[in-house]
Amino acid sequence: MASSTISPYSTSFITEKKGLGWSAFSSPSPSPFPIPKCKKSISKTIVSVMSPQQSERRPATTGSVKTALTMTEKIFARASKKPQLIPGENVWVNVDILMTHDVCGPGSIGIFKKEFGQDAKVWDREKVVIIPDHYIFTKDERANRNVDILRDFCNEQDIKYFYDIKDLGNFKANPDYKGVCHVALAQEGHCRPGEVLLGTDSHTCTAGAFGQFATGIGNTDAGFVLGTGKLLLKVPPTLRFVMDGEMPDYLQAKDLILQIIGEISVAGATYKSMEFVGSTVESLTMEERMTLCNMVVEAGGKNGVVPADSTTFKYLEDKTTLPYEPVYSDAQARFLSEYRFDISKLEPLVAKPHSPDNRALARECKDVKIDRVYIGSCTGGKTEDFMAVAKVFLASGKKVKVPTFLVPATQKVWMDVYTLPVPGSGGKTCAQIFEEAGCDTPASPSCGACLGGPKDTHARMNEPLVCVSTTNRNFPGRMGHKEGQIYLASPYTAAASALTGFVTDPREFLQ
Amino acid sequence: MAVCRSTTAISLSRNPNFSTTNPKPSLSFLSPPSLKLPSILPSFKPLTSQSPPDQRLSIPRATAADSATPTTTSTTFFHGHCYVVGDNIDTDQIIPAEYLTLVPSKPDEYEKLGSYALIGLPATYKTRFIEANQTKTKYSIVIGGENFGCGSSREHAPVALGAAGVAAVVAESYARIFFRNSVATGEIYPLESEVRICEECKTGDLITIELMESKLINHTSGKEYKLKPIGDAGPVIEAGGIFAYARKTGMIPSHAP
Repeated sequence: MASSTISPYSTSFITEKKGLGWSAFSSPSPSPFPIPKCKKSISKTIVSVMSPQQSERRPATTGSVKTALTMTEKIFARASKKPQLIPGENVWVNVDILMTHDVCGPGSIGIFKKEFGQDAKVWDREKVVIIPDHYIFTKDERANRNVDILRDFCNEQDIKYFYDIKDLGNFKANPDYKGVCHVALAQEGHCRPGEVLLGTDSHTCTAGAFGQFATGIGNTDAGFVLGTGKLLLKVPPTLRFVMDGEMPDYLQAKDLILQIIGEISVAGATYKSMEFVGSTVESLTMEERMTLCNMVVEAGGKNGVVPADSTTFKYLEDKTTLPYEPVYSDAQARFLSEYRFDISKLEPLVAKPHSPDNRALARECKDVKIDRVYIGSCTGGKTEDFMAVAKVFLASGKKVKVPTFLVPATQKVWMDVYTLPVPGSGGKTCAQIFEEAGCDTPASPSCGACLGGPKDTHARMNEPLVCVSTTNRNFPGRMGHKEGQIYLASPYTAAASALTGFVTDPREFLQ
Repeated sequence: MAVCRSTTAISLSRNPNFSTTNPKPSLSFLSPPSLKLPSILPSFKPLTSQSPPDQRLSIPRATAADSATPTTTSTTFFHGHCYVVGDNIDTDQIIPAEYLTLVPSKPDEYEKLGSYALIGLPATYKTRFIEANQTKTKYSIVIGGENFGCGSSREHAPVALGAAGVAAVVAESYARIFFRNSVATGEIYPLESEVRICEECKTGDLITIELMESKLINHTSGKEYKLKPIGDAGPVIEAGGIFAYARKTGMIPSHAP
């Protein structure tokens, strides 16, 4: 990505404020960017530096030191029962929810049994959520066995929330089956403001959309949590992203996060928390906030958070009866850096192969011929993602020019695709619009081909094809073939690209 | 269990930097030392060549051994040939998703995971990390650039490297979850170089890493490099992961019930 092509819009709408942090993190640097940057995402001309606005910490008049905290720091403070803490501190955190799935569950269970004993019980049968979702509709025997291991464990431990699947021939015959864990966690009410949610999947950070701390951990750490309900975690410093301005109707949260990752690189937030605020963020639906937080790990982030508000509370109304207590960053809280974006000036983006920070404008890639389009995953397989795709198809009235694969994230999303009317369509469902546009029939809900998976996975790239995808990663081999090329894009951009057979800016159809 | 663990002869009590009687061991292993000084991380240059010439070498497994004179400072070291990769080596390249059905805690599947380590590298890497029909690598040290191990949280990634026979990875920086999983499992030492050495070392070069002195010697090129100290993560990896470490230090009961 040539920086020159980015700078025309970047200059006008990004500013970064740094130097709000602690001395350990804010050592003076001649560079306006405190963050090591990837070569692919350089846009040197964009930054204007603002002077620090916040005062030094000082002891309160009572004599005890009162420190302003960020949201993430407050969640850590509560979960570790410490009144004060600072970034960099290692604290034992009480876990509210531990989620695992069929890829990492068996290994985590193996470690739990080895370390705590064959007869050991999990710390809380109502706080362990087990969601088979990765390799479900496959003849791969080991993959099938892994779901069996989860089932045996859940029976033995009397796990309350196990979303089982037994009949692989017809997912609808499995009322308990959900699908993609991160979307299911939200839909089933396991995501609650102020809590700590850990999962054996890097996209566990999705749940930060609910104003909670959520991050991915490995099998060994998960084995420890299963036995103790606690984990030693380092308090991360926070990067704050302020997004203001009215979001144009051709943009989606996917464009926002691709913009940010392109800005700070795939390692720009390593070990850090990413907090999203501003009028644009406030205007986003819960599903869009989930998209935003979902990809913080693609910038190396430990977690992402959006402050809980009336949108959050409304979403939770019919999903949980458990009490929760949201927390918010103090006005004087210390942020490592602050980035400001005027979203009204942003254009639809893609991430070109083979890195999520390889940002380009969709319109700059209009000559890239594509072989297929994939709509699905925890990032881009939610109900609103399919509604967005249907909106573009409806606006164009045309048929797709390349195979277009649709993999709803969960059973609930699948039902929505087949039942919810698309606004302005005269009562048609997404499924009807997709059929008229010539798409592949919506597949059984699962992680699908987002991460390749077993050879018989639906829509897996078994040849070196070019794909526009609403998923989250475009590393070599991610969707199957090592020479496959993946362009990450919003559902709007993916739908527009399906209609032309080239990477396409959705404004061609939405205006 | 990685071979490096069993061949690491150094004992905890002999390590002057570590005391088994310490009731509250420091656990700042949760991140690499570089976090403390983010501003000193070098900006990186484009990788000029990712296809070093193929070299036929008979290479022994890395060994880590303690000093011949245990009364002096311990000098745990690794010695072996290196395999050189570039920036942003993600977990899909380290162990592609189609092999994730293998469960690392099952010994036979652990071995199998090792045989697929780094199989996801693109064809531009002319030298295979593991020869066809082999289950172990002849390269006991992997040298990489920035952000090694980015991507998914799959613990299969450090496990696959460890199971293949890798003792240490030396990179400029690591993705958070990969670093933590490496330490938690004790599978590999995730070491950080102070400078960008992935462009100065070639696959097949003979390397010695002196852990206590935080030093890497490339015998083939004759150059020597400083590494960032592994710090408190060292004893955890040496013990064989967090559970083994916690037992050794009395943080949890010494035997599984």
